[in-house]
Amino acid sequence: MLINTVMHVVLLAAAPPLMLGLIQRTKAWLTGRKGPPLLQPYYDLYKLLRKGVVLSKTTTWIFRAGPMVTLVTVLLGGLLVPFGASAAPLHFKGDVILLIYVLALGRFFTSLAALDTGSSFEGMGAAREVTFACLSEAAIMLGLLVLIKFSGSLSLNTMLRAPEEHAFAMLPVASLMLAAVGMFIVLLAENARIPVDDPATHLELTMIHEVMVLDHSGPLLALVNYGAAVKLFVFAALFLHFVPPVPMGSPALNWAVFLAEMLGVALTIGFVESLMARLRLTHVPTLLVAASLLCGFGFILMLR
Amino acid sequence: MLFILILIPLLASGVALLMPSDRSRPWLLPPVAMAHLVVALIAIDRHSKARLGGWLWLDPPGRLVLLLLSVLFVICAVYTTGYLRYREDRSNRVFVACLLFFLAAGTLVAMAQHLGLMWIAMEFATLSMAPLIYFNRTARSIEATWKYLMIGSVGIAVALLGSFFMAYSAMGSGPPSLLFSDLMARATTLNATWVRMAFVLLLVGYGTKMGLAPMHTWKPDAYGEAPGVVGALLAGGLTSCAFLALLRINHVCCAAGQQQFTSHLMIFMGLLSMAVAAIFTLGQKDIKRMLAYSSVEQMGILMLGAGIGGIELFGALLHMLNNGITKGVLFLSAGNIHRSYQSKSTDEVRGAMRRLPLSGTIFMIGFLAITGSPPFGPFVSEFTILTGGLQDHWYWISALFLLLMLVVFIGMGRTVLTVVQGRPLPGRPASAYRDRLLTGLPLVVSLGLVLMMGTHIPAPLAAMVHRAAVFLEVHP
Amino acid sequence: MTGTINSLLVVVLLVNLFMLGASRMRGLIHAAAAQGVILSFMPLLLAARLDWIAVVVASVTIGLKGLIIPRILHKALRDAKIKREVEPMIGFLPTMLLGALGTVLSLVLAAHLPVVGHPVSNLVIPVSLSTILTGFLLLTTRVKAITQVIGYLILENGIYIFGMLLLAAVPFLVELGILLDLFVGIFVVSIIIHHINQTFSSMDTRQLTALRE
Repeated sequence: MLINTVMHVVLLAAAPPLMLGLIQRTKAWLTGRKGPPLLQPYYDLYKLLRKGVVLSKTTTWIFRAGPMVTLVTVLLGGLLVPFGASAAPLHFKGDVILLIYVLALGRFFTSLAALDTGSSFEGMGAAREVTFACLSEAAIMLGLLVLIKFSGSLSLNTMLRAPEEHAFAMLPVASLMLAAVGMFIVLLAENARIPVDDPATHLELTMIHEVMVLDHSGPLLALVNYGAAVKLFVFAALFLHFVPPVPMGSPALNWAVFLAEMLGVALTIGFVESLMARLRLTHVPTLLVAASLLCGFGFILMLR
Repeated sequence: MLFILILIPLLASGVALLMPSDRSRPWLLPPVAMAHLVVALIAIDRHSKARLGGWLWLDPPGRLVLLLLSVLFVICAVYTTGYLRYREDRSNRVFVACLLFFLAAGTLVAMAQHLGLMWIAMEFATLSMAPLIYFNRTARSIEATWKYLMIGSVGIAVALLGSFFMAYSAMGSGPPSLLFSDLMARATTLNATWVRMAFVLLLVGYGTKMGLAPMHTWKPDAYGEAPGVVGALLAGGLTSCAFLALLRINHVCCAAGQQQFTSHLMIFMGLLSMAVAAIFTLGQKDIKRMLAYSSVEQMGILMLGAGIGGIELFGALLHMLNNGITKGVLFLSAGNIHRSYQSKSTDEVRGAMRRLPLSGTIFMIGFLAITGSPPFGPFVSEFTILTGGLQDHWYWISALFLLLMLVVFIGMGRTVLTVVQGRPLPGRPASAYRDRLLTGLPLVVSLGLVLMMGTHIPAPLAAMVHRAAVFLEVHP
Repeated sequence: MTGTINSLLVVVLLVNLFMLGASRMRGLIHAAAAQGVILSFMPLLLAARLDWIAVVVASVTIGLKGLIIPRILHKALRDAKIKREVEPMIGFLPTMLLGALGTVLSLVLAAHLPVVGHPVSNLVIPVSLSTILTGFLLLTTRVKAITQVIGYLILENGIYIFGMLLLAAVPFLVELGILLDLFVGIFVVSIIIHHINQTFSSMDTRQLTALRE
C-alpha cells in the first residue's frame, strides 16, 4: 500500500516532462529529424528556474498566483486519479466531482492570470480556452458517467478501476470504445495538442494555451510548463481507464503495464501530431461536440 | 419457359449493343417483342411450373402484369422504329439496348417470388430507364434524370430495408426468409410490429416507383422530358410492376392479420395521390406533365381499389391493364404532337386535330378514355371500383373518389381541348413530322384494345383477372 | 465474437459521425470506402464456418466498396475540377447534432422494438438505423452531386448492416445482385454527374431547378 502511494507520487512528480520528451522524440522520428534529447523538458525547466522574472506593471498578485494554483490543482487531480490498476493515494465517495472542479479551478486561474496582464491578445486566448472548455468538460462528464453507470460508484478509485476488475467478456466494449475516442479527443484538446492547438508555434491565429502564458517568464513559466506536463500526464492516466485493459496481476506487474501503456499514449499522440494538420479554429467546436456526442452515445448504450 | 422469357430480351439487348448500324438496329425491336409476347402467352396458357426452388413462378397477378408489359412493349416497339427515324441525329445503340433490357427486368419482376430477387429486378428496370430519359441530352433532361435516379434510388433502398424487415419478422418461427411462399406459409407467426414497419417502408419504397404522392415528384419531370415512348413504358410498365410488388406484399401482410392496417394506409395513399394529381392537373400547361399527373391519379385509383379489396381489387387489377394500355395511347400521341410542334406547352400547341388528324384525334379520345368516359376500358374498371365501394358502404370514400375524378377531368379537359382544337398558331415553324404508318398504327391498335376492354372483355382475360383477384384474397 | 462485432459496429458509428462533420470531399470518400470495407468483413465473422462462396462475396464487396466505387468518385471529383470542400446547406455542427439525435432516437427505437429470434448483437439494429439516417442527412443537406451519391452509399451500408441479421435469408446470389445494382447505379449516376458538370459547369444540385410547377 505504502509502496503504491510512494510510486504514485514519485511518478506524478517526476515523469510528466519525460512524457513531453517522448512525444517530441516521436514527432521528430516520424518527420525524419534527429530531435531534442529525451530529457530536454527537464533541462528547459532547470534553465527557466535559474532566470529572473519580468513582471508587467499592470499585473497584480493574481498573475503570480495563477501558475502556482494551476500546478497545485493538477497535482491534486493527479492524486485522485488511480494510475493503472493500482489504487489512488486519495479516495473518498464523490471525489469524481472534486476532480472535475479542481481541474476547472486550475483553468479559472490560468485564464484570470492571462486577463490580469490587461493585454487583449492574452484575453483572446483566455476567451478561446474557456469557450472550448465548456464543450470538453461536457465530454469528460459524459465519459465519466459511462464508468459511473458501469461500476455504480461515485469514487474515482472504484469506478475508474472497474474495467480492470472485470473479465473482458463482461465489459461494455462498445460504450467503452465510444467513450475512449471521446476522451482521447478531450486529452488532445485539454492539453493544447494538435489538431486543436499547436504547442510548438506562437502564431496568434492558432494559439490557445500558449497565448495565455505569453507574459510569464523565468520560474513562473517553469511552473506553467511543469503544470501543463502534469496535466497531460493526469489526463493520459484518466484516458487509459477507458481503453479495454489488460487483466491485473501483481503490483509490480500493474506498474509495468501502466508505464507501458503511458508510453503507448505518448507514441500515439506523437503519431497523431505528425499525421494531422491543425484544424481551423472554427472547426474545433465541431470536434469537441463530436467528443461529447461519442461519450454521450457510450452512456446511452449503457442505459439500454 | 420462364427462363426463355427473360433470355429473349436479354440476349436481344446484347445483340443491340453489338449491332453496328443505327438504321437497322431499331428493326430488332418488333420481332423480339412479338417473340416475347408469343412465349409469354404460351407460358401464361400453360401455367408454367415454378423454377429455381420456387424463386421464379408466374402467379396469377404476375401473369396479368406480364401480359400487359408484353403487349405494351409490342406497341412501343413498332412505334420506336418509326420514332427513331426522326432521331437519326444521334446513336440509338443505348436506347434500343436499354429498352430491351427494361423488358427483361420487367419480366423478371412479374415472375420473381423472392423479395430480394424482385427488388433486384425492379432496381434494374429503374436503372435501365435512366439513359432513356436522358436521350434528348438537354439541361432539362439531365435534371429530370438526376431527380429520377436520386429519388428512385432512395425509394428502392427504402424498399430493400422493408424487405429485410419483412424477413426479420419471420425469425421468431425459424430461419428468416424472403420467399413469398415461405412468408405465406408462416404468415400467422410473423411478428406484427415488424410486419407493420416493413409494410410502411415497402409502401414508401415501391410507392416511389409507382409515383404515389408525396413521392411522385420525379414523375412529372421524368415523363415530361423523356421521349413519348419512354413515358409510355414508365407509366404503363414500370408503375404496374411496382403495383404488382405492392399487391404481393399486401397479400403477405393481410395473411399476417394486418389487413386493417394496410388497407387504411393504402386507401389514404390512394386518395392523397388522387388529390395531389387533381390539384396539379388544374391549369397545367405542359401536356406531358399533365399526363404524368394523370398517371399519379391512376396510381391512386389502383391503391384505393387494392386497399379496399374484394370486388374493388378485381376492379383495380382490371384498371391496371386499362391504365397501362391507355397511357400508351396518350404518351405516344402526345409524343407525336410534341414532335410536330417542337413544343409541349399549351401556349404554343394549338389545333393538333388539324395538323395531325390522327394523333390529335387519338390524343383527344385517349383523354376521354383515361378520365373514365364510356365506352372505354377505364370506364368499366373505374365503375367496378365505384360500385364495389358503394356496395361495401364506403360512401365517403366513394364520394371523394368521384369528386377527384371530376376535378381531374376538368383539369385535363382544359389542357387537352386547348391543344387539339382551333388552328395552329401562325408564325410557328412547323416541323416535317406528319403521321406515318409506323407512328400511327400503334396508336390505332392500342386504342382498339382500349375500346375492346370497354365493350367486350375476352373471356380468357376476364378469367385471368378473376383468378388473380381470388389469388390475392385472404380468408382469415 | 459479439465483442468483435460490437466494436466493428462502434467504428461504423464513429465513421458516421466523422462523415457528418467532414469538410473535405476526399476524406468523405475515404470514410465511405472504409465503412464499406469494415462492413464486408462482418459476414465472415458471423458465418458458422468459412466457405469459399462467403469469401468470394466478401472480397467482391471489398473490391467494389473499397476500391472501384471510391475510384469512380475520385475520378468524378478530378474531372470536375471543383473545389474540394463539401458544401453543406446547413452547417456541419447542426448536421452532426442532427445525426447524433438520430442515433439516440435509433437507440431508443431499437430498445422498444420487439426482439425476434436470437440476434448476434443488440447493436445491429440501432447502428443500422443510425447509419441509414446519416445517409439521409448527407443526401439532403449537402449540395454537391457527389456528396449526395456518398449519402446514398451510406444509406445502402446501413441496410447492409441490417442484412447481418438475415444471413440465412439473403443468399449470396441475391447479395451479389444487390451489389451489382449498387455498382450499376453508381456508374450511371457518375455519368450523369459528368454531364451535369459539363452542362452547368458545376456539381451544385441547387442549379437543377428548371423543372417545377
